[in-house]
Amino acid sequence: MNAFALMFLVAGLGLIGWLTARSRAARFDRGGAKRLHSLPAQHGFFVAMWVVLPALLFVAAWGAISPALVKQTVLEHPAASQLPQFDFERDALLAEASRVAEQPGVAAFDPVAQQLVAPTRAAKVRYDWIGTAGAILLAFAGGAYAFTRIRASFPARSSVERGMMLMLLVASLIAILTTVGIFLSLLWESVRFFGQVSITDFLFGTHWSPQVIDPARPGRSLGAVPLFWGTFFIGAVIAMIVAIPFGLMSAIYLTQYAAPQVRRWMKPILEILAGVPTVVYGYFAALTVAPAVRDLAVAFGYPYASSESALAAGLVMGVMIIPFVSSMADDSIAAVPTAMRDGSLAMGATKSETISRVLIPAALPGVVAGILLAVSRAIGETMIVVMAASGAANITLNPFESATTVTKQIVDLLTGESEFDSPKTLAAFALGLTLFVITLLLNIVALRVVKRYREAYE
Amino acid sequence: MTDAPHKMTARDVSVFYGEKQAVKNVSIDIDMDRVTAFIGPSGCGKSTFLRTLNRMNDTIGNARVEGQITLDGEDIYSSGMDVVQLRARVGMVFQKPNPFPKSIFENVAYGPRIHGLANSKADLEEIVARSLRRAGLWEEVKDRLNDSGTALSGGQQQRLCIARAIAVDPEVILMDEPASALDPIATAKIEELIHELRGRYAIVIVTHNMQQAARVSQRTAFFHLGNLVEYGDTDNIFTAPREERTKDYITGRYG
Ligand SMILES: Nc1ncnc2c1ncn2[C@@H]1O[C@H](COP(=O)(O)OP(=O)(O)OP(=O)(O)O)[C@@H](O)[C@H]1O
Ligand SMILES: [Mg+2]
Repeated sequence: MNAFALMFLVAGLGLIGWLTARSRAARFDRGGAKRLHSLPAQHGFFVAMWVVLPALLFVAAWGAISPALVKQTVLEHPAASQLPQFDFERDALLAEASRVAEQPGVAAFDPVAQQLVAPTRAAKVRYDWIGTAGAILLAFAGGAYAFTRIRASFPARSSVERGMMLMLLVASLIAILTTVGIFLSLLWESVRFFGQVSITDFLFGTHWSPQVIDPARPGRSLGAVPLFWGTFFIGAVIAMIVAIPFGLMSAIYLTQYAAPQVRRWMKPILEILAGVPTVVYGYFAALTVAPAVRDLAVAFGYPYASSESALAAGLVMGVMIIPFVSSMADDSIAAVPTAMRDGSLAMGATKSETISRVLIPAALPGVVAGILLAVSRAIGETMIVVMAASGAANITLNPFESATTVTKQIVDLLTGESEFDSPKTLAAFALGLTLFVITLLLNIVALRVVKRYREAYE
Repeated sequence: MTDAPHKMTARDVSVFYGEKQAVKNVSIDIDMDRVTAFIGPSGCGKSTFLRTLNRMNDTIGNARVEGQITLDGEDIYSSGMDVVQLRARVGMVFQKPNPFPKSIFENVAYGPRIHGLANSKADLEEIVARSLRRAGLWEEVKDRLNDSGTALSGGQQQRLCIARAIAVDPEVILMDEPASALDPIATAKIEELIHELRGRYAIVIVTHNMQQAARVSQRTAFFHLGNLVEYGDTDNIFTAPREERTKDYITGRYG
């Protein structure tokens, strides 16, 4: 039975458990007690929980281990002896057999694989049945156990509460575990990369040209410094030169000067800016801003300006980031107690003196944290630079020249055609890991700053 | 009562929050060298009226003031009056101490800096020291002027706020329940301080504490539901109030 149908079945059993337990609980003898500890529906939930949760956990666990069991069984089949010894090819054939086994009427390309189709199918069916039977059995066992426990005095309410907490805990762990998983897989591929390329070549090398790699010393053309520089230049310098002043000023206007009616429509519009898909910004950067920037450069007497200049990508990225800066700044300025503002005004300070001398300094940690978060978004931003930045890895201070970023190079490395094991492809993972670590650090620092700031006003 | 011109006068002052009238036709005189206490049940408009005296109501979006208020005979709501100058002359201390998140020194130096009162660094230091001395805080903080103002105790913070207000050399000081967030010892210090400041400034203090009003003030105004019910010498108000409502309030028979 497929997993989806099985879930339905288990859910159905859960519903039945809920109904029977509830109707039974409704007939409990109250024994003269005025207040029931638990309502009938809570007894129902208790039983349903015991029906559903163990069965689902089993299904999940079985889903994880059964492919290995199938493989094991197939390898024990006589035809499997013809399989090549080499791991990689063997796995490919097994995968082919497995794919064909699920699609009746299709034949495998490889004769060995074709021979393995029937045993694979048999093994799959067998383990599938074991899984289904196990799940149903567990559902009944759990339900029966729970059903025997409910009685008038049974605190089903607290048990349901605990079950609830467990479910929420699992839900929140999933996000964390995914992050850990992503990090580990990046780490794994990066370790393989650094097996072939020296880490110092990668981190401190200033020459990046993955198209021509010297097999003797691949690190020589995989120096990532130009990418780090380009990322920093576009995301943390140019974009921030746009985003910080505009974000701050709009936050100040919105919190201090705007009439409530103005604020009511202006704030949502700023927030919409944050929701524009980055690919749209990408068009805008590539088709509108980049040519304009080049024309500007030419007008300034710089005829060799790139049409994929760092400035174009950075400007548009800065615009994209404005709402992040402004909403963080808005929050932290608004969090400064009004008493502080009144204190300054009552001294005869003007509004702008109050803002620049009291509000901004008081809100500074929050503003700084907002900027750090914005930087971490900017350097991780991909679409704009893929569409508007160049692939040429230059170390330059001239915004009219082209520069490339880590994210853009990752995309280029992975979309090209090359074997999976080459240093060129693996470099993408090392770049990803570096980016991940930097972004993570920025976020941690920002969150700490914010936390300290919150405490200051407790 | 004196025949000298009053420092501040209010004539038929009403304050509205939107449609709601919070202060009704209040007329009152504030004199130099005196402490005037505003008393009355919660919500009767004491703070609202107090804030009209330095136009802090301007910072509240829907507040509207009618009537006339003068400072040294000059209408403070006239278009010729500069709010910045007005607030430098009529300082304010709030119920909850609200030092800026800056050093003690910078807190006190704030006003002199924005109003350009000091010609040199030495000048500024002199003003800060003098203000802290007058606020009775100097001995406690003179060795740690660079510590944050928010790191002081509540009572010290309030005296810091008083020092901050004094530093711009105001003529009138408005205090809205300046001791209500403080313990009895800190409260006693503030009251002592008010006594000492009396000779230099006209002081107006809002308080819920009858004994405090009796101890620190020479004149007392009793507000009720936005009206000024009775205004006179503190001794008279507390010993022989003319109005029944005043008597009820003072003897605690009223909320
Ligand atoms: N910002 C405001 N907007 C609308 N109404 C207000 C505002 N501030 C005060 N009020 C109303 O005006 C009236 C007077 O308030 P005010 O704060 O002056 O009273 P108070 O005498 O100072 O009271 P308390 O002794 O509790 O401080 C109250 O009814 C209050 O609800
Ligand atoms: Mg009040």
